[in-house]
Amino acid sequence: MSRRYDSRTTIFSPEGRLYQVEYALEAIAHAGTTLAILSPKEGIVLLAERKIISKLLESSSNSEKIYKINDQTIVSVAGLTADAEILIDRMRNDCQQYLKIYNKLPNTMQVVNKVCDFKQGYTQFGGLRPFGVSFLFAGYDSLNGFQLYSSNPSGNYSGWLATSIGENSSSVQTLLKQELNANSTESHNDITLDDALKIALKVLSKTSDNTHLSADKLELASLSLQSNTNKPTIKLYTPKEIDNLLNLHDLSKKEEE
Amino acid sequence: MDIVLGIRLKDATLIATSKAFTRGISILKDSDDKTLNLNKKNVIAITGESGDTINFAEYIKGNVQLKGLREGHEMESDEIASFVRHELARSLRSRSPYQVNLLVAGVNDKEEGFLSMIDYIGTRCDLPYAAHGYAAFYTMSLLDHHYREDISLDDGLKLLKLCEEELNKRMPMDFKGLNVKIVDKEGIKVIDF
Repeated sequence: MSRRYDSRTTIFSPEGRLYQVEYALEAIAHAGTTLAILSPKEGIVLLAERKIISKLLESSSNSEKIYKINDQTIVSVAGLTADAEILIDRMRNDCQQYLKIYNKLPNTMQVVNKVCDFKQGYTQFGGLRPFGVSFLFAGYDSLNGFQLYSSNPSGNYSGWLATSIGENSSSVQTLLKQELNANSTESHNDITLDDALKIALKVLSKTSDNTHLSADKLELASLSLQSNTNKPTIKLYTPKEIDNLLNLHDLSKKEEE
Repeated sequence: MDIVLGIRLKDATLIATSKAFTRGISILKDSDDKTLNLNKKNVIAITGESGDTINFAEYIKGNVQLKGLREGHEMESDEIASFVRHELARSLRSRSPYQVNLLVAGVNDKEEGFLSMIDYIGTRCDLPYAAHGYAAFYTMSLLDHHYREDISLDDGLKLLKLCEEELNKRMPMDFKGLNVKIVDKEGIKVIDF
């Protein structure tokens, strides 16, 4: 019965559901996990796990989960990478266009809002497939400081202190909740960026289907403020730096040996 | 021969425009207002082709208001000046460009005065004091001489008075006095001058 309502994104099923949008959400539930933790004072950490690893794939050089949008925004992706590239291209373009007109980068909220409006359009108009992509946005702007948002194919978005999308995202979120409560007795406000980094790695090591974490399966990035200039700065970690961090926090392969 | 003058102070900006509305050799009105308040802390003063001025000013105001509404906070002076420059540069390359020159005056988020001079070719310059057209010939020397980085509101108004006297003496036409506005952190006020 439901077949009749499957093929078009623009038509409600009798139960009032949009199946294509739900299928898109399902596609994301199978994508590599990505999580983010906000340290309201110091910055944001994005951590992502790559899904398919072949020994023959030369993957160390290119990024497929974490992308820079502009000097103060990074995103990580869960879902169809090819779809994501389209949206990322658009976001980068929109930001530069905005910069050209207003001589200022758009606030994080504006970037998120714009791309989500675009995504929403594909759930409503013209028999097209929705974008099978969820994003985590890590952004900084002078108006609202550090902000973390997540978005999904329906075009909805929401702000978070810490969240996750992709495979096992609900168990990651449960763990994040636990870790963050245990870590800061006062409030989330006091979490340092180093704490956030540590918790991110720890949580992913527990929830990952892989028995151990290693640098070639991970992508890590952080957004923080430069201490001398107070300008936002983005750090994309190299595989070597990730390895060092894993060793530092005792999360590398050795437990398995 | 319209007069538009602006003086930037530490925490406010003064803007003065002539009250005469002229067409050819006639003065049609002696209470014209060449300024338009864009939002709480920003105002533009505009001269040029008479239809273009109002049309362009209201177009800018509409966009500034819309952006403020959409994003939940008012546009800042620097953003407005950039936007205005962009619109003029775009218009210049169209079939019928706007022929307007303007000053953007306001206070920014740090509550400092802001003054930007933009002409119809899309030249933008942020300045401590500025004037468009003939008025610039007669007032620049006065402004150069008397302006100080930390000039007070009273001294700013005195300086404006000097400019007015000079203009009255040298301009070939009667410009019917000046309309003066002060923009500070409280908002935009029209003052008796």
